[in-house]
Amino acid sequence: MSEDKINEPNKNSGRRNFLKFGALATGLTLVGGGLQKVFSGEKGTGEKVRLLSPDGKVYEGDKGNLCEVRPLPVSNEEARKGIPNKKFVMVIDLAKCDGCKKCTEACQAMHYTESDREWLKVFTMKEAEADAPYYFPKPCFHCDNPPCTKVCPVNATFKRQDGIVLIDNERCIGCRSCMAACPYSTRFFNWSHPDQKQTAALGNIKYSPEQSVPRRMGTVEKCDFCPDMIRQGKMPACVSGCPMNVIYFGDQNEDAVTNAAGVTVKLSKLLSDNAGYRHLEELGTEPRVYYLPPKNRKYPVPDMDKVDRVKNTKKPTEMVMDNM
Amino acid sequence: MANEKFDLKKEIEMVREDCLRPTRTFSRTTQVWIACLLIVIGWGLYCYIHQLRHGLGVTAMRDYVSWGLYISTFVFFIGISHSGTLVSAILRITKQEWRRPITRSAELLTFVSLLFGGIQPIIDLGRPDRIGNLVIFGRIQSPLMWDVISICTYFAGSTVFLFLPMIPDMALCRDSLTVTDTRYKRFKKWLYKFMAIGWKGTKSQWHRLEKTMNIMTIVIIPVAVSVHTVVSYIFAMTLRPGWNSTVFGPYFVVGALYSGSAGVILGMAAFRKLYHLEKYITPKHFDLMGRIVLALTMIYAYLNLNEYWIPAYKMATAEGHLLTDLFSGSYSSAFWTCQFGTVLLPIVIMAFPKGRSIGMLSITCIIIVCGAWVKRYLIVVPTLLHPFMPIQEVPGSWSSYFPNYVEFSVTAAALAGIFLVITLFSKLFPMMAVWEVEEGIEIEHDKQLAIELKEQRIAEDAKAKLLEKANGEIKPKVLISEKI
Repeated sequence: MSEDKINEPNKNSGRRNFLKFGALATGLTLVGGGLQKVFSGEKGTGEKVRLLSPDGKVYEGDKGNLCEVRPLPVSNEEARKGIPNKKFVMVIDLAKCDGCKKCTEACQAMHYTESDREWLKVFTMKEAEADAPYYFPKPCFHCDNPPCTKVCPVNATFKRQDGIVLIDNERCIGCRSCMAACPYSTRFFNWSHPDQKQTAALGNIKYSPEQSVPRRMGTVEKCDFCPDMIRQGKMPACVSGCPMNVIYFGDQNEDAVTNAAGVTVKLSKLLSDNAGYRHLEELGTEPRVYYLPPKNRKYPVPDMDKVDRVKNTKKPTEMVMDNM
Repeated sequence: MANEKFDLKKEIEMVREDCLRPTRTFSRTTQVWIACLLIVIGWGLYCYIHQLRHGLGVTAMRDYVSWGLYISTFVFFIGISHSGTLVSAILRITKQEWRRPITRSAELLTFVSLLFGGIQPIIDLGRPDRIGNLVIFGRIQSPLMWDVISICTYFAGSTVFLFLPMIPDMALCRDSLTVTDTRYKRFKKWLYKFMAIGWKGTKSQWHRLEKTMNIMTIVIIPVAVSVHTVVSYIFAMTLRPGWNSTVFGPYFVVGALYSGSAGVILGMAAFRKLYHLEKYITPKHFDLMGRIVLALTMIYAYLNLNEYWIPAYKMATAEGHLLTDLFSGSYSSAFWTCQFGTVLLPIVIMAFPKGRSIGMLSITCIIIVCGAWVKRYLIVVPTLLHPFMPIQEVPGSWSSYFPNYVEFSVTAAALAGIFLVITLFSKLFPMMAVWEVEEGIEIEHDKQLAIELKEQRIAEDAKAKLLEKANGEIKPKVLISEKI
């Protein structure tokens, strides 16, 4: 790549301009958000910055050439195995959720999804007539007895040793059996070519089931628990994006989960103290996402009548044709 | 009947002439018909290419209703394909003589509807270019894989099942075709010769054919049953309300037999009229087939009762929402039309002998076939619109479904493809198994001979009795029976 020529290693390690680096094999990285930064392009502003590579070398380059990239993904084999000795688990505290949908927005930004595609959707739920409604954020449940991976004819969607269910969109044949099988309507299909803007934003990055992008027409996608972030020791986008600290994420083996505020609690205690439960337990899918009941809610009760079945969003251009 | 002179040779000549006549002509009407079919297929292909280029987004399917008309049609066509097995194999096994003129068209219907039913899921694929992944990464645990395996097996089996009884006929065509210089005739001669695979009609060849047919007849039945069972498993192996049903296997098998045998009747009526086979396919055939369809419709009605009444009595939450929609919601008119108009009404009509007359039965069967198609749609789509999670704040196009022009065009092209293959087949090959019909005539001939002999004997006995009475001698009965 051209940036290797531009950026010669520099022994002077100026501490001011560099942040932590992710566990990467190669690449010049400066971590900010989910993305890492590299030097690229020819235009300069004259202002110099220094970056630290994972192997401990410091590179100096022009600030104008700095651009954000995703870290290089792990191999497909690695992505199918998962992170060893981990069992990821999520806890969503319904008592704290005010339905602001910041988690959905963070998820959409992370995965370059269109506005009508919500991998993590915030439902307004009401159990019985006499009950008060509450907000219900629903990611993929990453079930331990996943109905979706069972029916896949080509092993394009799979369960990993760390509990995460992923999709390999380079193998998916688009039969949509998994969508029919998922009882939680968690999966989405790429009905047409991915959005141009999104393709441009991503550039030429290499695909990995762990980051779920670039998406491809004719394949299925869904919430992936952001394993690429986890590998960098970070939280999934929805967890860190939640201003109400609703979502906890962690490792069941360690019996610890953490929320956006950085509060780490004992998973077993959190669940037993708050009578945690799993949605539609009777289906036997063994979800890896737990909910804490919406008891003593800290926000005004949502108005069930304002929830529409249908949202009037701008139709993609392809949809113009199907006015039959 | 005994008075009628039964000329075996003349009868057989006539059968051959009647069966081979359609293969010798190619009328204007046929040409126009084929042209129309090709236009429909051409437009369907154009729409499919459009779909390939721009993705399945050009259809009306979206994330909630992710299976629509294509998958419904798949289930319907595979159902129609059950006809050949039922009529041909079951009637062969039970040695029903009246099967002879209708086996070929039944077997052909199986072959063609399987061919076009089998490509429906491929049309529905998001990435048909990756179909090879089914071989490279195939998982035997997936119901879709069971489908691939059993449909391929059934297709191979029904091709053999169609081809085997054609061999003697191909030899007949080969031998009766006078070679002229036209390229078309030379091609036909070559085709017949190729397909007759050296059939000479020797005793050992007949013996082998019979043996193979016997094996195939038995083997094809469990294969056919398995096919529609696993087609239902695509749905029944999920947790979705409306699909999560233990009765789905038999429900689909019977539904397939019910629509498939109605399809055979329609085929019989069409060929009878178009190719002037009135002499062979008689009102008796329609009456008997009508009885079979009547029985199957009654079993189908019984399974419908189980499928809907049991959950409707309980009205469990998710299932209850779906059933409310079917019984009194947006799908209620289609649902009740299907149940009363295409299941109960045909039972009433076919219960009367007049309802099994050619005209009435044909109309009833059209109703049944169309009803079966709509029913498949009602099995696939409403369930997808009633997931466990509520449908909230989604784009309008996601929360309802009606197939659009792309889906209708592609499906129409598949239907036209079925008609085209049947038309071309009937223009190349006899639509009745000539040798089987001949065999039937021979059996009939033998029967007539036996009847004549018996009548002669009775007459002789009566004469002898009269003589004895006249002589006043009464012989012991034992002796008379010994004489017989």
